[in-house]
Amino acid sequence: MAANEVDVFANEEKRNLELRGHVGFDSLPDQLVSKSVAQGFCFNILCVGETGIGKSTLMNTLFNTTFENEEASHYEKEVQLRPQMYSLQESNVNLKLTVVHTVGFGDQINKEESYKPILEYIDAQFEKYLEEEMKIKRSLANCHDTRIHICLYFIAPNGHSLKSLDLVTMKKLDSKVNIIPVIAKADTVSRSELDKLKIKVMSELVSNGVQIYQFPTEDEAVAEINSSMNTHLPFAVVGSVDDVKVGNKMVKARLYPWGSVQVENENHCDFVKLREMLLRVNMEDLREQTHARHYELYRRCKLEEMGFKDSDPDSQSFSLQETYEAKRKEFLVDLQRKEEEMRQMFVNKVKETEAELKEKEKELHGRFEQLKRMHQDEKKNLEEKRRELEEEMNAFNRRKVAAETLMGQALQGCSQPFKKDKDKKNFFSLPSACSLTSGRNLN
Amino acid sequence: MVAGESGMGKSTLVNSLFLTDLYKDRKLLNAEERINQTVEIIKHTVDIEEKGVKLKLTIVDTPGFGDAVNNNECWKPITDYIDQQFEQYFRDESGLNRKNIQDNRVHCCLYFIPPFGHGLRPVDVEFMKALHEKVNIIPLIAKADCLTPNEIKKLKDRIRDEIEKFGIKVYQFPECDSDEDEEFKQLDKELKECTPFAVIGSNTVVEARGQRVRGRLYPWGIVEVENQSHCDFVKLRNMLIRSHMHDLKDVTCDVHYENYRAQCIQEMTSKLAQDNRMESPIPILPLSTPDVETEKLIKMKDEELKRMQEMLNKMQQQMHDKEQ
Repeated sequence: MAANEVDVFANEEKRNLELRGHVGFDSLPDQLVSKSVAQGFCFNILCVGETGIGKSTLMNTLFNTTFENEEASHYEKEVQLRPQMYSLQESNVNLKLTVVHTVGFGDQINKEESYKPILEYIDAQFEKYLEEEMKIKRSLANCHDTRIHICLYFIAPNGHSLKSLDLVTMKKLDSKVNIIPVIAKADTVSRSELDKLKIKVMSELVSNGVQIYQFPTEDEAVAEINSSMNTHLPFAVVGSVDDVKVGNKMVKARLYPWGSVQVENENHCDFVKLREMLLRVNMEDLREQTHARHYELYRRCKLEEMGFKDSDPDSQSFSLQETYEAKRKEFLVDLQRKEEEMRQMFVNKVKETEAELKEKEKELHGRFEQLKRMHQDEKKNLEEKRRELEEEMNAFNRRKVAAETLMGQALQGCSQPFKKDKDKKNFFSLPSACSLTSGRNLN
Repeated sequence: MVAGESGMGKSTLVNSLFLTDLYKDRKLLNAEERINQTVEIIKHTVDIEEKGVKLKLTIVDTPGFGDAVNNNECWKPITDYIDQQFEQYFRDESGLNRKNIQDNRVHCCLYFIPPFGHGLRPVDVEFMKALHEKVNIIPLIAKADCLTPNEIKKLKDRIRDEIEKFGIKVYQFPECDSDEDEEFKQLDKELKECTPFAVIGSNTVVEARGQRVRGRLYPWGIVEVENQSHCDFVKLRNMLIRSHMHDLKDVTCDVHYENYRAQCIQEMTSKLAQDNRMESPIPILPLSTPDVETEKLIKMKDEELKRMQEMLNKMQQQMHDKEQ
């Protein structure tokens, strides 16, 4: 019953009512202001430009202070981003300012990859915010918002037009961040050249579809000034923190032998316009655009990538939680499957190696046997040979004995018949050879 | 020759130096067309005459240098061009009719360094290192009207240090003879300390201090091109045209061209020596195209000889074996 009543009320149209007296909720804006002031604001600027073009000097001039920044060298291998955080205070407004400089931009010989580190940095800040937003226990109010609110792109005043690197980089960045192009070191272009250059730059940006930040013209209070400023883009700026005496005042200027360029003189450069637009009029709009347009775009792309949808084909809207859980389960299942696969692979590998090892063992064994057999064969051969040799030796000895006995007999035979006759004769004629042999034989 | 990125003021400076307008009807490319631009070489030749002295001036322009996103080896067309001129002169010199040789060799290269940085950039260093043995390099700081005198001094010191550090041999002014007078020596010393020159160019004439001078008009003042305290344009002009023009030509002839020639001859003789193992009794004349063909013939004949020798050896062996 109660549920039905609530439904009925929800479907009614909202009606305007007249107030009969002062209620007091017109102090809501003031409450908002005091709350915001208490919280503090944060603002993040990204400065992109070649080394030495005057980014740090311009920052110093804009905020009327000196940010510590060492001079960058020209010989960096890759573009790097150097964020620095500062805490500024004016009246009772606290500002957490983050200034990010690109170091080494435009110095490399091959500049095709120069825009990548910048893109990655911007995406990383968005990612951080997205993570914080999607946490179960989150503290959006207290977290430090590091998303880049504005990118100041410094164009070198080479008198003709944009450089190719500038065009390529701005095209990559225009969907991620608010870009305001500025012409740096504008004290090197004369008035007529400056007008030509501005027109050329804007026409090139438009013809290539680069979306730079347009100052908003919806709000009446600022519409007029913003639309006139829009025609002055890109701003030609000169930065200086040196005080020079001009007339009888000390102003910020650059002193040349032929004159001095005053930074805050509208005839000399557009610095004042930039400061107005950036800090005094549109800062809040920049932050809002970053959140509402660029961040939302990033979030949408990222979530679509992850597989989230806003509505089912059956037109039932998913709640984020359910989708999230479903995704998680999917991932876990995937993970388990992969683990199993890996384990299987590992087991297979082990088996294979084992089999290999066994085979090798068998081989070795076989060879060992073979060698043993060979060894034995050779031994046998040797034995046989030895026997043969011995037999031969024996045979030889026997023959020797036989030969000697024969000789002995022969000598005896021949000596006997001659013994009667020649005993006396041959006593001396048969020399010692006979007697020696007979002697030997008898012995 | 003038070299440097687009928009550095090369054409304006050339026009200011020679008080002519060489660059009428020039078409400048848009940024997107320049993303993949290659370097071209464009020659402008003018004959100028002053008080009976005629000068044939050739300006070699290098549009597209350093403009593309990927500038790897963007100096190669330039070095090829310089080598080509040397080669042509080489051939002409060793030809039969040497009366009317046209000297198209590059006598001097003005390199424009952008003033926006803190010193030399990698592309500057690579370019100068590729060219310093081939041509006299004179580095200039372009668009010097964006630097205060202090900054100019710092930048010049920085660039001089970096040139030394990287071993780049830029054109050195010749030493004065000891019998020149003091004033000359003083001027010469000042000149040397001023390098690299910080220049500003302009073709427009403006009113300044009651005079009509060439300069640039700014809301905050007028930069006079010919004012020595504003920039070094006058020094550059004096050096280039009035005092050192002949020295530049001499150095090109005596040093760079001779280096090229020696290198060329060495390459050729070493190649031929590899092919002919015996020494050729006739000194080899440096004629490039006919030589290549005879070399080829010689090589072929050599190989044939070798093959025949091997066959002979084999046959001898076989006979030997058979005999045995």
